[in-house]
Amino acid sequence: MPVRNLNSQFFRGVATVTEKNMRIYYTKPPVIIYGLLLPLIMFIAFYLGRDIDFRFFFPGLLAMFLFFIASSVGPLITPWEKRAGTYERLLSFPVSVNTIILGDTAAGMIFAIVINLVVLAAGLIFLHYSLNVLLLTGGVLLGAFCFASLGVLLASPAAPNPSYIMMASSLIRFPLIFISGILIPLEKLQGTVRVLSYFSPISYLVDILNFSFGGHAQYPLIFDFAMLFAFSVVFIFLSNKFHKRNLMKGL
Amino acid sequence: MKAENDNIIEVDGLTKRFGSLTAVDQISFSVKGGEVFGFLGPNGAGKTTTIRMLTGLLTPDSGKAFIDGFDIKKNPIRAKMKMGVIPETGNVYVDLTAKQNIILTGKFYGINRRELEKRADCLLGEFGLYERKDDVVRTFSKGMKQRVNIASAVVHNPDILFLDEPTSGLDVQSQRLIRKIIKEMNKRGTTIFLTTHNIEEANIQCQRVGIINKGRIAAIDAPENLKRIFEETQSVEISFNKPIDSGLIENSQFAERIEQIGDKWKLYTDNPDGLVKYLAKLAQEQGLILTSMQICRASLEDVFVKLTGDNPIR
Repeated sequence: MPVRNLNSQFFRGVATVTEKNMRIYYTKPPVIIYGLLLPLIMFIAFYLGRDIDFRFFFPGLLAMFLFFIASSVGPLITPWEKRAGTYERLLSFPVSVNTIILGDTAAGMIFAIVINLVVLAAGLIFLHYSLNVLLLTGGVLLGAFCFASLGVLLASPAAPNPSYIMMASSLIRFPLIFISGILIPLEKLQGTVRVLSYFSPISYLVDILNFSFGGHAQYPLIFDFAMLFAFSVVFIFLSNKFHKRNLMKGL
Repeated sequence: MKAENDNIIEVDGLTKRFGSLTAVDQISFSVKGGEVFGFLGPNGAGKTTTIRMLTGLLTPDSGKAFIDGFDIKKNPIRAKMKMGVIPETGNVYVDLTAKQNIILTGKFYGINRRELEKRADCLLGEFGLYERKDDVVRTFSKGMKQRVNIASAVVHNPDILFLDEPTSGLDVQSQRLIRKIIKEMNKRGTTIFLTTHNIEEANIQCQRVGIINKGRIAAIDAPENLKRIFEETQSVEISFNKPIDSGLIENSQFAERIEQIGDKWKLYTDNPDGLVKYLAKLAQEQGLILTSMQICRASLEDVFVKLTGDNPIR
């Protein structure tokens, strides 16, 4: 097959990798457990029995769901494919490592956006907000991309079993929840926790969503978007570096 | 840059190191368009590393490889578009159906949906999988999975097909079907690059074979030419009506080495005439009936053993 345009071949590759991931990995138990059940359990554990204004808590909940779901698909794919023996075959197709990374990222991103739309719709039905739709859309899109690329980065170490990666990724993802203004508002974070919150990409999405739902933002919105973008670039760059380094490990 | 000669694969000084181990050491060879080329070697000789470099999975430390004129290092996507690959450890997606696997592969090569449907159905029929086309591959036997693997790899009608141990561990029917398909693809003009442990398979299928040992090319030629190099490695294969003790034939002055193969004995010699006469006389003296006896030229296996032994002839 002749290649007329390498750019169109690249995007076709990304779309096909994404389609493959959507067909195969969305229903895998680790994605359901670590992506859907875990944030739900965390939410219930935190919310039940406490006197919390749910309207105030909802933007953070949305950010938490987006984070867990978007970053749950990526860590599974590469280790799973290496164990199943499909990764070497995938690499033999006319794709580059970047094609695979972006395809895996897109799969996590789409999954998170679709589930989040359901959570958002439920929130909008029961709670009444004056929404900034444009800001919400931009934040969710960039946030989903950022968290999904973190998921792909977490998949880069060579591991004999996908469950090792899923557990290790949970160790990194869980602490972020406590320093990102989800359970405790950003403005109430003090000292070290406050400093640490700057290093969590979720903090910036929470800030964008708080403003989108009619609340107040802690940082200038342009700063929030810039930070999410910067985190995405760093995650994609590191993913490329580490996936290339560990490409043939575990085959 | 496209090659101006008729070589579809050109390899020049290809080298790959893993730490202190040189897995592939400055190998050079070429494969002509439309050829069936066998790549043989013992385990760990560098076959898979070579095929992984040729298919763009591994980056060589030095040297160059061209696929239909495209440098695999500089133009991996264009080179990959020319080839279909069946990797040694490559499996299809077991959560997808046979047809979905073929269609998914076709999408990577930019084939449109309608054409893909047509090609997938055609390939599924050709590979004897049409009845099971909508079943998930998880339910398939190893042989059926390998057929899906090969059908997927050829959906874009590649100019070159790389097969890394394609019939390893398969049942006889699947092996025969895969050999038949390879032959038919080659008839249609596809160049076949085949690595195998099965020397008889290489002997039957390949127009030329390359033998790699300890990362270096030990020989490249047509199987018959390679056998001619080792004319001195002739043998006599013999069987008797009842089992005999090896000591009985061991003392022959003509036999250099004796091997038992099932109910037969293989005696290597540089004087088959003398050995046959000796064995006939021995059988008469011992009251044994000869049930079969034949003089064999060096087989490709003999050549392989000679070249990849402790003291390979280069």
